[in-house]
Amino acid sequence: MTELAAAAASSASSDAASTSQAEISAEIDAIAQEYDAAQVVETDARLDYPPYRSSILRHPTKAPHQVDPEGIELWAPVFGQRDVDPLESDLTIQHRGEPVGERMVVTGRVTDGAGRPVRHQLVEVWQANAGGRYLHQRDQHPAAIDPNFTGTGRCLTDGDGTYRFTTIRPGPYPWRNHHNAWRPAHIHFSLFGTEFTQRLITQMYFPGDPLFALDPIYQSIVDPAARARLVATYDHDVTTHEWATGYRWDIVLTGSHRTPTDADTEDDQ
Amino acid sequence: MTLAPTPGQTVGPFFGYALPYDGDSHLVPPTRPDAIRLHGRVYDGAGDPVPDALIEVWQTGPDGAVPRAAGSLHRDGYTFTGWGRAATDRTGHFQFTTLRPGGATPYFAITVFARGLLDRLLTRAYLPGAAPEHWPGATARADDRGFVFDIRLQGEDETVFLAYAQD
Ligand SMILES: [Fe+2]
Repeated sequence: MTELAAAAASSASSDAASTSQAEISAEIDAIAQEYDAAQVVETDARLDYPPYRSSILRHPTKAPHQVDPEGIELWAPVFGQRDVDPLESDLTIQHRGEPVGERMVVTGRVTDGAGRPVRHQLVEVWQANAGGRYLHQRDQHPAAIDPNFTGTGRCLTDGDGTYRFTTIRPGPYPWRNHHNAWRPAHIHFSLFGTEFTQRLITQMYFPGDPLFALDPIYQSIVDPAARARLVATYDHDVTTHEWATGYRWDIVLTGSHRTPTDADTEDDQ
Repeated sequence: MTLAPTPGQTVGPFFGYALPYDGDSHLVPPTRPDAIRLHGRVYDGAGDPVPDALIEVWQTGPDGAVPRAAGSLHRDGYTFTGWGRAATDRTGHFQFTTLRPGGATPYFAITVFARGLLDRLLTRAYLPGAAPEHWPGATARADDRGFVFDIRLQGEDETVFLAYAQD
């Protein structure tokens, strides 16, 4: 970053820049202790989580209105072979050369809460490159752009609900939530179920990341078991000889109400 | 067997080069005679527009039927898939070119993602007069080209977001 850009950035977020990691960590710890004391299990991210500063003005304050899903909400959009080229699941072949970094395969199953596979449905991913840099105009992190890596991919799950991507292990990256803030390495995932209400965008993390405890986005899922569900597992059976390391990450989409139809359960629709 | 759900996370600031695509917000071509516009602005709790939100729409066509056709990512210009996606612009504005939803209580099912929003929000934008009695939120309002539905993430006129009863 140039001095000028750094000055502009710090004046635009002087509040954030003056908050230390220790202060953010203290806020995270206080919320964790309060959660432990309450003894009520939460399974989702909290929308109101002040350590993530950008959430302060962007979370609803009123309780959601309870409804029964009806009509269109009992269905999800259909994606098919017309929508996705099978090559889009390999993020390492989008340019002339090999991207820099650790080549890896990420695979897993998408199911509903009853364990039924979500078949032939769209999965989208995006991520930083090995140096922690996104190919996005607003990413000003002064790490190298990799001309051989865009960091976006798509696939359809197969008849068993399985998705599979070949990519590069992303690097951690700094952000401006507070002074010296770093995100643990992650891959953004976008998923559709068999119903509108199952729509999910989330992030997949890597085992043992030292940044977990410091990251307000990961910690916004205050239940330790729930946030551990976002961490992939290293799987040597997915690792391939002299080619790529392998990670497994299964995804559960809840909110299913409609009795599945033949179209949902047949292998080859 | 009940499996624990995978939690959501924010869409973050960098979805703009990954999730939007050519034709994402054009469920039908704007030249189609029955094309309408669904548009609005996304606001934060200070009343400022949210320039890094992503809105998705899912809806029936005028006949009220649930679309079951693929092709939303590569539209052929004729098939109505019922689904679209629009990132907000610098002024927090989003817009879709689509068809009027049908059925007994026509609405657009809306999903909201944004940087700073830790999980997605769901809502219904009912057509004027279509909401059930005692619906607590605002409905879409008609304008000369279609419908307007603003989304307020926080504050006095906060949009009514939905939680769906579990089995
Ligand atoms: Fe990210």
